[in-house]
Amino acid sequence: MKKTVSLISKNFKKIHPESLKEYLKAGGYDGLKNALPLTSLEVITAVKKSGIKGRGGAAYPTGLKWEQAAAIPGPRKIVICNADEGEPGTFKDRYLLEYDPFKIIEGMTIAAYAVGANEGYIYIREEYKKLQNRMRKIIDIAIQNGFLGNNILGTNFKFNIKVFSGAGAYVCGENSTLIESMEGKSGRPRIKPPYIKERGLFNLPTLVNNVETFSIIPVIFTIGPEEYAKYGTPNSRGTKLISIAGNIKKPGTYEIPFGITLNEIVFDIGGGIRNNKKLKFLQIGGASGSIVPASMTHIRYCYEDFKEHNITMGSGAILVADETIKVVDFLKSVQDFFLHESCGKCTPCREGNRQLSKIFNRFVKGNASIEDFKTIERFGKVMKYCSFCGLGQSATTALLSAIKHFPDEFYTHIDKVHKTI
Amino acid sequence: MKNVTLNKALFLKINEIIKKYESDKHNLLAILLETQDLIPKHYIPIEAAAFIGDKLNIPISRVYDVISFYSALNDKPKAQHVIKLCKSTTCRVNRYQTVRDVLEKELGIKMGQTTPDGKFALEYSACFGACDISPAFRIDTEVYGNLTEKKIKEIINKYKEV
Repeated sequence: MKKTVSLISKNFKKIHPESLKEYLKAGGYDGLKNALPLTSLEVITAVKKSGIKGRGGAAYPTGLKWEQAAAIPGPRKIVICNADEGEPGTFKDRYLLEYDPFKIIEGMTIAAYAVGANEGYIYIREEYKKLQNRMRKIIDIAIQNGFLGNNILGTNFKFNIKVFSGAGAYVCGENSTLIESMEGKSGRPRIKPPYIKERGLFNLPTLVNNVETFSIIPVIFTIGPEEYAKYGTPNSRGTKLISIAGNIKKPGTYEIPFGITLNEIVFDIGGGIRNNKKLKFLQIGGASGSIVPASMTHIRYCYEDFKEHNITMGSGAILVADETIKVVDFLKSVQDFFLHESCGKCTPCREGNRQLSKIFNRFVKGNASIEDFKTIERFGKVMKYCSFCGLGQSATTALLSAIKHFPDEFYTHIDKVHKTI
Repeated sequence: MKNVTLNKALFLKINEIIKKYESDKHNLLAILLETQDLIPKHYIPIEAAAFIGDKLNIPISRVYDVISFYSALNDKPKAQHVIKLCKSTTCRVNRYQTVRDVLEKELGIKMGQTTPDGKFALEYSACFGACDISPAFRIDTEVYGNLTEKKIKEIINKYKEV
């Protein structure tokens, strides 16, 4: 099996990202041209056939999501592209926004056609301000050339896209929170139901997908869903953009077929560990993801193997830590992040993160007690099961997996006096 | 630090932004972001917040709910250039602390402080997606990565000269 592939990443650094001409020459908009003569049902069937799951982290089957969105009646529907990529260690959507922005809006246009929407938004995080400007430019070019606007490719289909800027809040990556912020409010998640597919932005039926998910769509309609589904494993179809960073020789965004092992990713693609050090652990899926020790890197990167080992794929981030990194110090930075980003709506997340941070300070200083060790595990579980949204539910994933794989590292930080009591 | 007295021209500009967004309260976040870009030292003075609330017909408390929630919005003046050093996971394993030490030494201030001339503010940031060039910081909207002591000094000097 080839280690990296180029389907979604085909145009990276190959074409000028702001040139429609070069995009067209590289086969751009063939997907839309192939999709528009089809019926909405046929488009959705093709997406289902490809077997793709949402690439934002939740891994919900994309075809099913579109089918549900199309089934909801209403004259006005919204399609939103979630480009609020805030998960620490993740920068794969940035590559798409930076190197192949036309592909994103092509995918959004096909989605809008399939679900019957005429209004689109692309929510880009404030940190990518320069890319927001690039996207505005791209949208203007697409309108001028009939790829967006009132009569797309000479058909009756109408679709427009606006760029919306985030304002530096990780929690807004959660779909209902993202919508709250688009309505001019502070970013706090909504209770579901009603689901956003029924009542999303301005109470209108809304489809939200991640940047990468939208970017796969033109590929599916260019090479065909069967061809795309040949990549990957039975339960993880296609390819995935991953971001590798940390103590690694060749950090970057790579497109891989599902099913290669973590070892292959770290050593063959990433070039191995910097400065002749040994691999200690990986953190998969960003700050909210699991810690995977070096002894488990034979695992294949796919949904089925990850599920078996209780690892969440999340955003596609793979953070590499070498033998010099202390697990407790690392967890402290994870903890600081969630304390800062908790929106404060629900008690388990708001207070849990605060208390965990206090306890972690004791661990880092080396004066934690055995009681502290028991408490972090207990609090971690309460947050996992009782938090209102995904932020609190996943904030202690790293902690709980680290306790499982590196218990000794906690003990060495426990005060000797306390330990003997 | 004394508030910038908002002059009439600035109010007119803010009014233009509000008009562009059809005086719609749903566009509050976008209006605040664009307003902040207009004002030196990257913040929204109370006069501007009150003006926006008034124009959108929402209470000022609602405006401050939004300003205080989002990291990208400030209610107090910052500095001419804000240096935001990432201390999230990737930059942690790539030892952002070494970058911090150089920055603090070079600017003569600690994290969270502003230089006496109001030129630079130094603060921590959450991940801004530059992990492939970690350790990294942002100065305003510009991102700098793969930082060494020499490179940091060069970058800072470039901003000092402007």
